[in-house]
Amino acid sequence: MATGDVKLLGYFSSPFVLRVRIALNIKSINYEFIEENMIRKSELLLKSNPIHQKIPVLLHGERPICESLIIVQYIDDIWTTGPSILPSDPHDRAIARFWASYIDDKLFAVLGELKTARGEEAMTSLAKKMSEGLLLLEDAYVKCSKGKTFFGGESIGYLDIALGCILAWLKVIERVANMRVLDETKVPNLVEWADNFRHDPSVKDVIPDAEKLMELYQMFIAKEHAAET
Amino acid sequence: MGSEVVLLDSYISMFGMRVRVALAEKRVKYEYKEEDLRNKSSLLLEMNPIHKKIPVLIDNGKPITESLIIVEYIDEVWKDESPLLPSDPYKRAQARFWADYIDKKVYDAGRRLWATKGDEQEAAKKEFIEILKTLEGQLGDKPYFGEDSFGFVDVALVPFYSWFYTYEKLGNLNIEAECPKLVAWAKRCMEKETVSKSLADPKNIYEFVLQMKKRLGSD
Repeated sequence: MATGDVKLLGYFSSPFVLRVRIALNIKSINYEFIEENMIRKSELLLKSNPIHQKIPVLLHGERPICESLIIVQYIDDIWTTGPSILPSDPHDRAIARFWASYIDDKLFAVLGELKTARGEEAMTSLAKKMSEGLLLLEDAYVKCSKGKTFFGGESIGYLDIALGCILAWLKVIERVANMRVLDETKVPNLVEWADNFRHDPSVKDVIPDAEKLMELYQMFIAKEHAAET
Repeated sequence: MGSEVVLLDSYISMFGMRVRVALAEKRVKYEYKEEDLRNKSSLLLEMNPIHKKIPVLIDNGKPITESLIIVEYIDEVWKDESPLLPSDPYKRAQARFWADYIDKKVYDAGRRLWATKGDEQEAAKKEFIEILKTLEGQLGDKPYFGEDSFGFVDVALVPFYSWFYTYEKLGNLNIEAECPKLVAWAKRCMEKETVSKSLADPKNIYEFVLQMKKRLGSD
């Protein structure tokens, strides 16, 4: 497929969008990144994702695909010459999907609380919840990686992408709550995994800068504060 | 295949029904174990320690959980019989999208329909019908969501049909009047033995929900 055929609608700050960017990089696919306006959704976005009206949306030859993990699976299904993203064994695939679903349900729920948490107590509680959520993933990592670097083995796979996309936001939580969330005394394997993930060639150029996310967060809080007072 | 397959399930669960339908479509022999959800077995707690929920498929001792993940697993392992997901990647993505939509929307709205009263119930009714109408629109004039043949999205949605009686009685609505094409689709699915034998009896579900409401004191 020619370069111009692949477009991705998203924001630089969205972990869901990051999942898709990493997957496209793994398959060495060239694409056009269209940065959406967070406040005013484009016609293209509304037309491409009428049901949820959310990013990311992958447009492949004008055909839209929505929902980050569905897009990642599509990328794996359609570009078969690159490295595989999902494991080949059906049971391993089911395990990867299970944990990705857990991450979407539990960890993203906590991340979402960043929008409404106010004050030290709320932030500490948020950080603690995230930290607890990661404990189960520490176990999952040990089981899935089987001694290798990533959940997916020697190279980044589905579950690495599903979890790794929130790393920059974890840094924001750590700074605001002033406590470790990826704590090497609690999740030592995940701490090492995170470092390897961040430096992976498919990730390092697209993972957002925690500083920029922090700025975004502070701007959001300032706006909310102005609206509340 | 010679493998031992066990399903931990609950008769009235629409999520469990999805797995039963998929196993039937693939003609897999398995052992069905009914769980009492108020007194969960040690096997269930061992096989699904994270969520402690049914359905759980145990294939040769290995557990798989979450109904749609189980259905995909079944489709991948027993791949030579009645494929549920399309082979075309774009169509697969669409099928996964709609199954995900059903997961995100139908159960919650349905639950609020029978579990709430007054304004909250009215809002749930409106939302529920809107969701069904969206699905009806997606079905269009096709016989099944899977286009020519019964597929993944059909499996994801059809179990909710067994709950329509309960939603109608307790929610005071007429689903067939609002969504005739969708009900016609459901009846078409019910003509398949793999579906009719896997879905619970709507009256049994209604009785169960009445008992549950009494117990919870929300009568």
